[in-house]
Amino acid sequence: MIKVEDLARSFNGLWAVDGVSFGVKEGEIFGFLGPNGAGKTTTIRMLCTLIQPSRGQAWIAGYDVLKQPTEVRRSLGIIFQDPSLDDRLTAYENLKFHAIIYKVPRRERKMRIDRVLGMTELQGRRNDLVRYFSGGMKRRLEIARGLLHEPKVLFLDEPTLGLDPQTRNRIWQYLHDLRRTKKITLFLTTHYMDEAENCDRIAVIDYGKIIALDTPENLKRMVKGDIVTVHTQDDTLAQKELGERYRVVVKRDSSGLHFEMDKGEEFIPKLVKDFSMPITAVSVRRPTLDDVFLKLTGREIREETASDKDRLRQRVRRIGGMR
Amino acid sequence: MDWSTIYMIWLRDLIRYVRQRSRLYSSIARPILWLFILGSGLRPSFGAIQGFDYTQFIFPGIIAMALIFTSIQSAISIIWDREFGFLKEILVAPVPRTAVALGKGFAGSTLSVFQGTLILIFAPIVKVPIAWYNVLILIPAMFLISFALVGIGIIIASRMTSFEGFGTIMNFLVMPMFFLSGAMFPISRLPSWLKVVVYINPLTYGVDLLRNILLGISNFPIALDCCILLVFSFVVILSAVFFFNRGEY
Ligand SMILES: Nc1ncnc2c1ncn2[C@@H]1O[C@H](COP(=O)(O)OP(=O)(O)O)[C@@H](O)[C@H]1O
Ligand SMILES: [Mg+2]
Repeated sequence: MIKVEDLARSFNGLWAVDGVSFGVKEGEIFGFLGPNGAGKTTTIRMLCTLIQPSRGQAWIAGYDVLKQPTEVRRSLGIIFQDPSLDDRLTAYENLKFHAIIYKVPRRERKMRIDRVLGMTELQGRRNDLVRYFSGGMKRRLEIARGLLHEPKVLFLDEPTLGLDPQTRNRIWQYLHDLRRTKKITLFLTTHYMDEAENCDRIAVIDYGKIIALDTPENLKRMVKGDIVTVHTQDDTLAQKELGERYRVVVKRDSSGLHFEMDKGEEFIPKLVKDFSMPITAVSVRRPTLDDVFLKLTGREIREETASDKDRLRQRVRRIGGMR
Repeated sequence: MDWSTIYMIWLRDLIRYVRQRSRLYSSIARPILWLFILGSGLRPSFGAIQGFDYTQFIFPGIIAMALIFTSIQSAISIIWDREFGFLKEILVAPVPRTAVALGKGFAGSTLSVFQGTLILIFAPIVKVPIAWYNVLILIPAMFLISFALVGIGIIIASRMTSFEGFGTIMNFLVMPMFFLSGAMFPISRLPSWLKVVVYINPLTYGVDLLRNILLGISNFPIALDCCILLVFSFVVILSAVFFFNRGEY
């Protein structure tokens, strides 16, 4: 459904996306996981024909992104990272205008609008101005709008960014429902590790390059065994002893000592019996995608502070009432 | 041509205009300020101009002012749409950008013509008699002028990356264009180097046309005014579409 070959784009000599290749099957949920500035949005903008790639090729639903932009646009829906609703219009008007420019037949408009509003539980707010909506409601309305023209591929750029966990879960519920009921292909980006686990396959992207691409399970298998966390009275001594006795790399932070160990549960009783000093706390967990990213890049994906432009935009948005 | 897209862009701008009263209020306040305060203040020193007193003379100019402010403001809303994200929603749709630019053009001209027509309510106060058939000629004339002005605005908006440049545009383009159009004083009394600028300014011919329709006085034949405005609108709208098509958003 999506095919990408060596796609790249530079801005003023800097490669925001540096030759990515991948394919997405029909009906798949495919995730782009990477920190801020990794090139996720730039990739989506190229696939949606909003910007020209510097090199490479891509096809959406069989149409060439470079040669058949109109057909490509007709086949896709998109939920942008930044808000893109007209907040002076009502929810209904936003949807109606979308239906008009996407040439949804007039007699189908009302039915389809009702359906997407129902699906995102916004029927009650149908005639309210979007400016009085909460962040989560706006996001849901954008999803509703993206589905209105029944695209084959739906792009979602950080669909849950800045939303509270409850709303995030709800949005994921819609996405799973969507996949169950329609044959739609979902391409989404995120920098939330836990969220990426909802995808069928994930491409981990860093500095414009794909550094790993697999199912979440296989990616997690890249981290050998389980993650064991140990707390003792003297973590410095314990770190040394663990490293020497079990030949593992021990990382230390405020929450204790961490290391990878095969069959973690079976290891714990041995550890407690053999260790020279009393252990105050110990826990085992399966590796998460955080551990995978850490292993691949040596860095943690962390929430970066808002860039200057974002901050400016937020400020403008606050004084936006004077528009 | 993608009429449904043009219609949607047009309708959206009209709805926004109706919901946003401040533009309507300032469009009524501004002419009061210029016509009655400035006009009455300067009337004694100007005396009679071609048989009309000063407030009567500038009345067509005030309509031109309404047109230029509304047109440029409407076109500049593209920058707001870009900054607030809505533009992306339109540009990612399977529609030609030309239709988007033309929609903006029609919306801006419609609003301008409406605001310009609104000024006519002050006509009885300054004793400019208006026949109903004059209004019928006036509307297409205003439309022609506005379409060109919105075109200029779209070119600016496609070239400008943020709305911080808005003040610059107002000071270096809109205000000079207005002052050097013969809207506020007779061209004949200007020094010759300024006259050259006035003759280059397309708005001069718009003001002349309006004055011809409303007061029956003019510097140029009506056919010349119309020709220049038509050619200019055409060129400007073509370039507006070109620049709008070229930008990356
Ligand atoms: N229009 C642009 N002009 C210049 N640099 C850009 C532009 N868009 C993105 N970039 C740069 O490209 C890189 C990737 O950005 P982006 O694709 O937005 O990352 P992500 O969405 O993964 O956070 C960043 O370093 C960003 O600064
Ligand atoms: Mg992004």
